[in-house]
Amino acid sequence: MPTDEQLLLLDLWVSPFSTRVKIALAEKGLSYETQEEDVLGGKSDLLLKSNPLYAKVPVLLHNGKPVVESTNIVYYIDETWPSPQLLPACSYGKSRARFWADFIDKKVFDAGSSIWKTKGEELEAAKKEFIDILKKLEGAMGDKDYFGGDKFGFVDVILIGLTTWFYVYEKYGGFKIEKECPKFAAWINRCKKRDSVAKNYVDPERTYEFVGMLRKMHGVE
Amino acid sequence: MGNDELILLNFWPSMFGSRVKIALEEKGLDYEYREEELPNKSPLLLRMNPVHKKVPVLIHNGKPICESNIIVQYIDEVWNDKAPLLPSDPYEKAQARFCADYIDKKLYEAGKKITWYKNKEGAEEGKKEVLEIFKVLEGALGDKPYFGGENFGYVDISLIGFYMWFHAYETCGNFSIEVECPKLMAWVKRCLERKTVAKSLGDPKIVYEIVLKFRKSWGLD
Repeated sequence: MPTDEQLLLLDLWVSPFSTRVKIALAEKGLSYETQEEDVLGGKSDLLLKSNPLYAKVPVLLHNGKPVVESTNIVYYIDETWPSPQLLPACSYGKSRARFWADFIDKKVFDAGSSIWKTKGEELEAAKKEFIDILKKLEGAMGDKDYFGGDKFGFVDVILIGLTTWFYVYEKYGGFKIEKECPKFAAWINRCKKRDSVAKNYVDPERTYEFVGMLRKMHGVE
Repeated sequence: MGNDELILLNFWPSMFGSRVKIALEEKGLDYEYREEELPNKSPLLLRMNPVHKKVPVLIHNGKPICESNIIVQYIDEVWNDKAPLLPSDPYEKAQARFCADYIDKKLYEAGKKITWYKNKEGAEEGKKEVLEIFKVLEGALGDKPYFGGENFGYVDISLIGFYMWFHAYETCGNFSIEVECPKLMAWVKRCLERKTVAKSLGDPKIVYEIVLKFRKSWGLD
């Protein structure tokens, strides 16, 4: 990377979407600075200026120009620094990768949130939906090691960051992904061995503590 | 590209389906159009889109591509010899994707609050949200003829299909989009001058009649 390229990530340590972007940056061997946003305290002027519509992290500033929405950021990173390529080479493969990235974004985090935000019957229903989603994703992976096939690829990057919150769902939902979706659990462990993932994988216990605090704020306890 | 088989599964009032029709027309492609008689879904649709079971689906030489914006990107990449729909610059592409994603996340749901209102307050809430979204989009458009600048492109294609539903929004919500958002309507008229758009959009008055029919069948009226 040329030395005059500047990358700044507006970040929140616990955000699985920030983790996703960090993994993508690591896969490309890119250096970057981070600015930790205190989203529960007050949002920085830079964040509000860079992402006026949503005021959310992560935001990637490339030479001062902001790219927002984590999946959008990963697409941008893959296109701007094409080697090694995360998306498949062929157009049909790209469309499949985009489809599953879109499915993951529409379903996984919200289903997981329904688990830690609810109790009783609602919680049981949320748990069932979450496991159904993981099973669909297992189907998409098939017999391959990764969603990208033999290689860790775009969909793997999009999804693996979200798994930093799965321990939270397991604790509040009273289930184990290893038991319900062993193939999925095996994929998580396989990905965690990669440098890019291992270096950026937020400690699940710390995430669990953070969500405990969120639950109190949401009045769930 | 002579022996490419293209089949589009669609429901003509769908603002998402019209994205695909416009993209195919812009590229000058021949395709077979198959109308889905919603709410009854054909076995082909269920087989080609088992995850979401929704239209539109483009079937290219037997292989399905689902999710309208993903289909448009696929069309743009495969038939890249004419009428580019997305910008080539990664940063501008990221901006275009962000805008199309904003439309997807916000406009459809807000519009539904108007057309499927249960009471006056619900319709009013939907109307406020839709107008806010339109103002944001007018801001993004600025003084440019199209969202992409001088040329009709991806974001224009993403949004223009919603025009079919404007009459329904206006009648159910009791307001005039022309009065509230004249810049947006000027952009609409500009797009409608394109043959590819004019032949891809259905009659807004018939869309409204369909809304009334569905409202009755769901016991809302």
